[in-house]
Amino acid sequence: MLNATLIALLVVMSLALARAIKGPSIHDRILAVNMFGTKTVLLIAVICFTFGKPEFLDIALVYALINFVSVIGVLRYFEFRSRHQDGTQNGTGEVASD
Amino acid sequence: MIDVLLSYTSGLLLFLGCFFMLTGAIGLLRFPDFYSRMHAAGVTDTLATVLILSGLMLMAGWSLALFKLALIMLFIFFTSPTASHALARSAQLCALRLTHAPVDNGPADVSRPTAETSTPASRMEAAEGS
Amino acid sequence: MRYTFCLFAVLAFIWLTNSGLYTPLLLCFGLISVVFVILIARRMKVVDGESLPLELWATLPGYYLWLWRKIIASNLEVAACVWGGLFSRRETISPCSERIPTRLKSDLGKVLYANSITLTPGTVAIDVDKDSVLVHALTRSGLNELKQGDMEKQILALTEQHAVAGTTGQKNEC
Repeated sequence: MLNATLIALLVVMSLALARAIKGPSIHDRILAVNMFGTKTVLLIAVICFTFGKPEFLDIALVYALINFVSVIGVLRYFEFRSRHQDGTQNGTGEVASD
Repeated sequence: MIDVLLSYTSGLLLFLGCFFMLTGAIGLLRFPDFYSRMHAAGVTDTLATVLILSGLMLMAGWSLALFKLALIMLFIFFTSPTASHALARSAQLCALRLTHAPVDNGPADVSRPTAETSTPASRMEAAEGS
Repeated sequence: MRYTFCLFAVLAFIWLTNSGLYTPLLLCFGLISVVFVILIARRMKVVDGESLPLELWATLPGYYLWLWRKIIASNLEVAACVWGGLFSRRETISPCSERIPTRLKSDLGKVLYANSITLTPGTVAIDVDKDSVLVHALTRSGLNELKQGDMEKQILALTEQHAVAGTTGQKNEC
């Protein structure tokens, strides 16, 4: 069952990556990357049990922290950028402003 | 006897977790607009994560690994709504502004009312402080 | 002082469960880092009733238990939306958003309310105002269910009893 979970996690991560590549707006991409990060935490935790290395759980914990902080940081950055150049280009790449 | 029961239960939990995770990923891929995709991602963040981690916790037994898994679960449980709230609010502020009417399919052609904006600074504090 | 002590207990517990090595040197390091973190937190003035809602320790687990049942039910609904749309080729979702008025006064109650809304899949709290919450929902029925105010009543019962003490007594005690 652990191996099946591992495969399912990899499939889900590749689907999230597909959304991150395809995503029309920047927020779709951030959402997909956030989900990718959460699944990475789970992947590390499952790997820890398949290979019997309990140290990996610490890495999973730290990854969960970094994932949250990085999502908030990236959001702050884009919010600032879009507020900074509001009216000319609103940070989404493809969505034309107004 | 109890070992067999535990391993079957954890296998079931892992299976259910995989199912909900795949559901969320498919929803993320095929829902039409950004806000709906966020709901699909919410499925994988709450129930699927907790199911998989509790399956692993049953496998770990009474050890330090149990506490660490519980800590990871608690952390994801408390940060994922915060992250998705920040994401939604940022989307609201930046480009994909919602109207009060039901949202159309394309996020690009939603008109942008300007009266909707509220003070950004206080909201960000609320998102970070929870 | 109470909050500082509780923060110390929580941090020490986290250190002890994460390290797993109980030699005197490492315990000393743990003590030093816990005290350091407490000093930083006190300097940031975040050691108060908002970061550690101690008044709720008896009632909050019950609320989260109730919330879990909600989360599982709404998870099943969203999963049905996803799979139904995949197999039957008709539109199963009807995204909509609305401002829902709320009676919650305290900040803690509003944060708890918005957090619970976001935690249940199918509804996301986008913006919190003085007396309303902007909610986006996946289906119309999810929004209507929220508008009936079941969740709000729970939180109101949770935060009301100490609301008077919470606004006056917490700020100076740090």
